Amino acid sequence: MDFTLSPEHEMIRKTVRDFAEREIRPVIKELDRQHTFDRSLLPKMAAIGLLGICIPVRYGGAGMDYLSLALACEELERVDTSARVIMSVHVGLNSLALFQWGTEAQKQRYLVPQARGEQIAAFGLTEPGAGSDVAALTATARREGDHYVLNGEKMWISLAGVADNFLFFAKTDPRAQPPHRGISAFIVERRFPGVTTGSIHGKLGVRAGDTGWIHCQDVRVPAENLLGREGEGFKIAMSALDNGRYTVAAGAVGLIRACLEASLYYARQRQTFGVEIGRHQLIKRMIGLMVQREQAARLLVYRAGWMKNQGLRNTRETSLAKWYACDAAFESASDALQIHGAYGYSDEYDVERYLRNARGAIIYEGTREVHLLMQADYALGYRSDAPLRCELPAYDADIWQAEANNW
Amino acid sequence: MHAIVCLKQVPDTAELPKVEPADVMQGTLKVTRVVNPWDEYAIEEALRLKEAHGGKVTALTLGPAEATEALRAAVAMGSDEAVLLSDPAFGDGDAWTIGYTLAQAIRQIGQYDLVLCGKETVDGNSGLTAATTARYLSIPLLTCVIKIREVDFTAHTITVERLVEEGLEVVSAPLPAVVAVIKGINEPRYPSFRGIRTAARMAIPVWGMGDIAGLEADKASEAAAAVRWTNIRKPPARAAQCEIIEADTVEEQARILADRLLAAKVI
Amino acid sequence: MSVFVWIEQFNGTPVSLSWEVLGKARQLADARGTTVAAIVLGQGVEEIARQAIGYGADTVYLADDATLASFRLDPYAAVLKRLIEEHQPAILLWGGTSRGRELAAAVSADLGLGVAAECLDLRLDDEGNLVATRPIYTGNILTDVVFRRRPQMATVRARAFPMPEADASRSGEVIAIPAVLREEEIPVKVVGFEQAGTGEVSVAEANIIVSGGRGVKGPEGFQPIRELAAVLGAAVGASRAAVDAGWIPYKHQVGQTGKQVRPDLYIACGISGAIQHLAGMRTSKVIVAINKDPEAPIFQVADYGIVEDLFKVVPALTEVLKERLAR
Repeated sequence: MDFTLSPEHEMIRKTVRDFAEREIRPVIKELDRQHTFDRSLLPKMAAIGLLGICIPVRYGGAGMDYLSLALACEELERVDTSARVIMSVHVGLNSLALFQWGTEAQKQRYLVPQARGEQIAAFGLTEPGAGSDVAALTATARREGDHYVLNGEKMWISLAGVADNFLFFAKTDPRAQPPHRGISAFIVERRFPGVTTGSIHGKLGVRAGDTGWIHCQDVRVPAENLLGREGEGFKIAMSALDNGRYTVAAGAVGLIRACLEASLYYARQRQTFGVEIGRHQLIKRMIGLMVQREQAARLLVYRAGWMKNQGLRNTRETSLAKWYACDAAFESASDALQIHGAYGYSDEYDVERYLRNARGAIIYEGTREVHLLMQADYALGYRSDAPLRCELPAYDADIWQAEANNW
Repeated sequence: MHAIVCLKQVPDTAELPKVEPADVMQGTLKVTRVVNPWDEYAIEEALRLKEAHGGKVTALTLGPAEATEALRAAVAMGSDEAVLLSDPAFGDGDAWTIGYTLAQAIRQIGQYDLVLCGKETVDGNSGLTAATTARYLSIPLLTCVIKIREVDFTAHTITVERLVEEGLEVVSAPLPAVVAVIKGINEPRYPSFRGIRTAARMAIPVWGMGDIAGLEADKASEAAAAVRWTNIRKPPARAAQCEIIEADTVEEQARILADRLLAAKVI
Repeated sequence: MSVFVWIEQFNGTPVSLSWEVLGKARQLADARGTTVAAIVLGQGVEEIARQAIGYGADTVYLADDATLASFRLDPYAAVLKRLIEEHQPAILLWGGTSRGRELAAAVSADLGLGVAAECLDLRLDDEGNLVATRPIYTGNILTDVVFRRRPQMATVRARAFPMPEADASRSGEVIAIPAVLREEEIPVKVVGFEQAGTGEVSVAEANIIVSGGRGVKGPEGFQPIRELAAVLGAAVGASRAAVDAGWIPYKHQVGQTGKQVRPDLYIACGISGAIQHLAGMRTSKVIVAINKDPEAPIFQVADYGIVEDLFKVVPALTEVLKERLAR
């Protein structure tokens, strides 16, 4: 057991914290108010290597480990959820899936520019009529010679408006039983004819984030853009969620810390009944609970990250971390708002934004109900994880940081 | 091109109010330490010169063992080499012992074109060390530099813009020179993850008193300090109790405020 | 063992801070029953030497030479060094300007002396030794500085001491001294100069500063602040947030990476009062905070506060003051 972070991890944490403080904090309130996604953030994130943080150097990444991904997500969401969402989608859901399942040619063609941040990537799984029930998705992919022809619509897609590449899940066999065996995954470029996207407005939270829809109308996708094999789409999607959920959980830890920091500051500034409000026991209760949630959530996330580094299957642990951390973040934001009183209810303070932002994560990447049932099923022995044809590779610093292809 | 950047590890500015007089006296501050913000501009400027002209950047500091973290930050930004001057025998030096020691270390590092540093540090705030270092090196000093206009490493000349009280002064000098930079000269970059990897693994040499050729111990140690700090204390708290001016209209608030300011004879 | 003061000039105009320092030097010298000598370096600056006598100098050492026309470290330091070696003053004081700090530091290194930089107060202890008070840790700590060698040297922050009254009837001696270095011995050349905006008051020397922060929301948001400053004859200041956003040039920045100021009146408009900003202005005599957020830390250091939109308050205040100050 070793709970200490390496000097390298500490430097990553500090760098991302400084980055978020300097590039996001000064503008976030206004972006959130205006429902504006700040595209200029993407090249800045790319410049320091965030968009390929845990991808090997030879694939254009920074060659850091999976724990570094969590640290980055935590520090970004400490300032705003929208920045962490970029990591979840671009790195967690898309790039790591390419790294895990892609052919060498696919990695060279798509992973390298994505890890460098030259191209932005999104993840198209959810549909207007298929969320938690993934197998119910209706997008189709019909083989025609050396192409597939894709049709269908994806909803609630983060970065839909800015991404260059999408991982698009569609049924190559709509009659398969069970239905999820008919799903396949495709790499779809925005520039392919027939691809259209749009934005969704009126979200409760993550208003500085880009969320939208993708529509494929007879989009011809080269057969070599099939990720994995036909019918492997569901497994690819679930393994991608193991990584996406991990980043969401890590971000939630940062959000809890933001709530705690704001609450500690306010509790020492604000006076009622002749003392600073931190002296009141009911305020202490909320602060104490926030500390408890922050620490517990972080340990769950770090364990999942450690397992990823070791190459251990972590679906169960990641699900638990995501479920707990996201619920804990929402509770913490609610308490933080309560501590701030009426001021907390106004957008002059950040805590109302934290509350709105925290709410979404209890829905996306597995609702709290999905995770609760997963944990019960694991415990009851109704669920277990079979080995995958392609597991997420264990982290090896020498391999990750080698400049040339030597493995 | 070889630029040597002198930097200092200082308390995080957000934590400066936590600094207590007793901690200053004992040299045991309970604060997070970072690279002096002014020095980040010096590091950035050195890296830009390297990118434009080739060559290398060496980061140099004098401080306790923990100060290697500041050097690692400079390496993570892109500095090629780093040297830590650390020895209990240096003691609690001042601008003169430190300037002397830095100058001797710079001589030992070898051929160089520029010594870059920040305007001042956020702990000592004296802004003296750039000058003392330049004098001990017997090379020109250019302070308040907000732009390097031209630099020619073949002809060994530099032309800079200095932001002084009255405006911008353009000055040229032969190289090598000490250049103290101010905010506005650039926007310091973030460390890259690649840089962080290099920095985390770099074995940074530590030079003690005996490792610097020609260093005279009696000029480098605390005993040689020219000044002494005494009666270290918190500044008197502002006695002010804020009077919040309330009225039915903004015009009325403005009128009351004007009355107060006239009564206080500050306008 | 007299008190020496370097009188700074730029383009033949004395820097007013030098007179503040000279006034303090006079006090210190009187307390010790000794004399004050002023040092004037430049070209065509005899008039400044005479003014120095009016402000309290008994003797003025005047080096008037083409090599000294513009400030350059080497020729200036060489003259200072020779003067110190010849006269062994007990105390040597400088205005804490960009030039004063640099020159004091260089001379101190050349002669193995100490300098207390950016002093807020100077006094003599019972033995007549100089004790200089200066802020460290960016204004969060004060320390007294004592000296191990003489002369004891200090640079003084603007507005630390009051401007003395000039007395044209005072008499004193102007002693011409030569430059030490010849032009060919001076490596640094001044090749150009661009004046700062005309009519602008600089924050370092201003009696009144009107400052804007993030709350001004953009470059055009500084317009009402400029208008208020114009009515008050004040300098325009800014927080780091406003400078970093590119709304106003760096020279206006007040705070830890900007100027440390202590005007009579500091009006903070739309500035929340980050620790780094407070470090630069909390010693102002009177502080006014105008901010929509009643919990903004700026109110904790303010004497007067208005919790309201600056875009309503500042123009209203400008109008009121136009009337009041017109009288």
